[in-house]
Amino acid sequence: MPGPDLSILIIDENRIRASIIEEGLREAGHARVAVIHDVNEVGRTIQDTMPDVVFIDLENPKRDTLEHFFSLSRAIQRPIAMFVDRSDTGMIEKAVEAGVSAYVVDGLKKERVKPILDMAISRFNAFSRLTRELEQARSALEERKIVEQAKGILMKTRGLSESDAYALLRSTAMNQNRRLIDIAQSLITAANLLDP
Amino acid sequence: MSRPLINAGFLPLLDSVLLVLAHEMGFAEKEGLGLALSRETSWANIRDRAALGHFDIALMLAPMPLAASLGITPLATPMIAPVMAGLGNNAITVSADLWQKMEDAGAPGDLAAGPAGKALAQVVRTSPRKLRFGVVHQTSSHNYELRYWLAASGIRPDRDVEIVVLPPPLLPEALGSGGLDGYCVGEPWNSVGVVHHQARIATIKASIWQWSPDKLIGMRGDWARRHPDIVASIIRAIYRAGLWLQAPENRMPAAEIMARPPYLNLPVDIVVRALAGHIDSGARTLSVPDYFIPHDGAANFPWKSHALWYYSQMVRWGEVEASPDNAEKAAATFRPDLYRAALRPLGIPVPLEDYRKDGDQPAAHEIAASNGGMMLGPNRFFDGTIFDPAKLDAYIAGQKAD
Repeated sequence: MPGPDLSILIIDENRIRASIIEEGLREAGHARVAVIHDVNEVGRTIQDTMPDVVFIDLENPKRDTLEHFFSLSRAIQRPIAMFVDRSDTGMIEKAVEAGVSAYVVDGLKKERVKPILDMAISRFNAFSRLTRELEQARSALEERKIVEQAKGILMKTRGLSESDAYALLRSTAMNQNRRLIDIAQSLITAANLLDP
Repeated sequence: MSRPLINAGFLPLLDSVLLVLAHEMGFAEKEGLGLALSRETSWANIRDRAALGHFDIALMLAPMPLAASLGITPLATPMIAPVMAGLGNNAITVSADLWQKMEDAGAPGDLAAGPAGKALAQVVRTSPRKLRFGVVHQTSSHNYELRYWLAASGIRPDRDVEIVVLPPPLLPEALGSGGLDGYCVGEPWNSVGVVHHQARIATIKASIWQWSPDKLIGMRGDWARRHPDIVASIIRAIYRAGLWLQAPENRMPAAEIMARPPYLNLPVDIVVRALAGHIDSGARTLSVPDYFIPHDGAANFPWKSHALWYYSQMVRWGEVEASPDNAEKAAATFRPDLYRAALRPLGIPVPLEDYRKDGDQPAAHEIAASNGGMMLGPNRFFDGTIFDPAKLDAYIAGQKAD
């Protein structure tokens, strides 16, 4: 790698995501990676680590705070600009779409920063994908529980077998052009109202 | 042709009310537009997503499009502002502890900027530590308003106090936990501080600079050039929302809409205060009918002179160099020409001039307008200064920064 290793600071309230990005950067050979979870610590951390590149997640409401800090420190420390290069809007767009914004010390060459940005962006995207899949799995499990409960109500109140209870839910859903889960949810709500 | 869907970003602030009403009350639909509203977490995100085109339009702080057009923000895509989101609507709130000291120093508690500033200056002079104030973004109306008030009260903003940046919803809690002594923010975040953290509203924008601009609907200049008809529809939808909201009987229904989870997600009795002009300062409730002005006094008209006033403050605090070129860029950001063209079919009075003086009118007054004259509100600065856009250089030279 040309030149000395760059110092990188990651600011992310999401600890898991922060560690995934940190790990990716370390695997890519970057030894000087610091992670903080609260923007309020940034002053001290910047003094300690003198970062060349700073990442912050876009959900973080304290981005404005961070930028203000950079503008204050501009005079006394090293200038930190946003993103690598204003001309590289494609890269900026990819970063914002992935949910991350990057600040880079002035004068740093684009080719040195690009692989670091690419890594952070791909790890951010991978994390979003994981979260989405986990969310889908969780809601599938939730839905199954609701359908089970609705079946139970039908079995008890109408004396149906489990398969008949399920068939009734399904045919009702089809007749009303609604989702099975919605019918099941309505049934549970109604049962709760009638039999508190 | 299907109805265009416009992506619009906003922050949880009462200032987003005209944008929200344009959507909720069908004013956008009537203009043949769909509005997809996205609540954002920071002004930095609003700025970046607007610059990248994720948002077609966004509720912005009045100085934001100027900062973009002047190239002092990251990304720096030139922005324009063809319509304002009303006048007034923010305040300066202090902790219970600081208010006690200000009261001891003679602050009367009537929200008037002059006496409150004088009392604060006395507290600052004798305070063993630097007081810390919060604003919402660096190039924000709040930053310049707070600094204007401090400086005109004899407090040097960069030396005598510390000014930090936090997003609006985090300010009340930062005050409550002792991290801040005061803040300048739009509603409902002053009232939230009063209700939840025993804060006191010290003064209001309507007293620092009467009937003055604060937020606007901003968009990329090249996008606006490509979509003139959509821009005209947006201007009319915002105008109609302002007209509707100006009626006193619509303030409560608007508060109920704004209180909902996708917007402010707060109790309606907090949200309604600024809309109804009943400001509970924490010590008493005062009637401030011009706290927020959604329509009257050409409240949606983007005066180029207002762009220049914000530019003068950017120069004052060292954010941008004073130059004829920069002044021209700043003035070009506000687009009264687009506003007039959009409203022409409505046959309503619209100011004929692009520039006006501020600070010279202590009362409502008539100005020349298309389709007859129209009334503007008072426009005094609390320190009695007059801003004449024709004498911009002299105004800038006369400002104290330190």
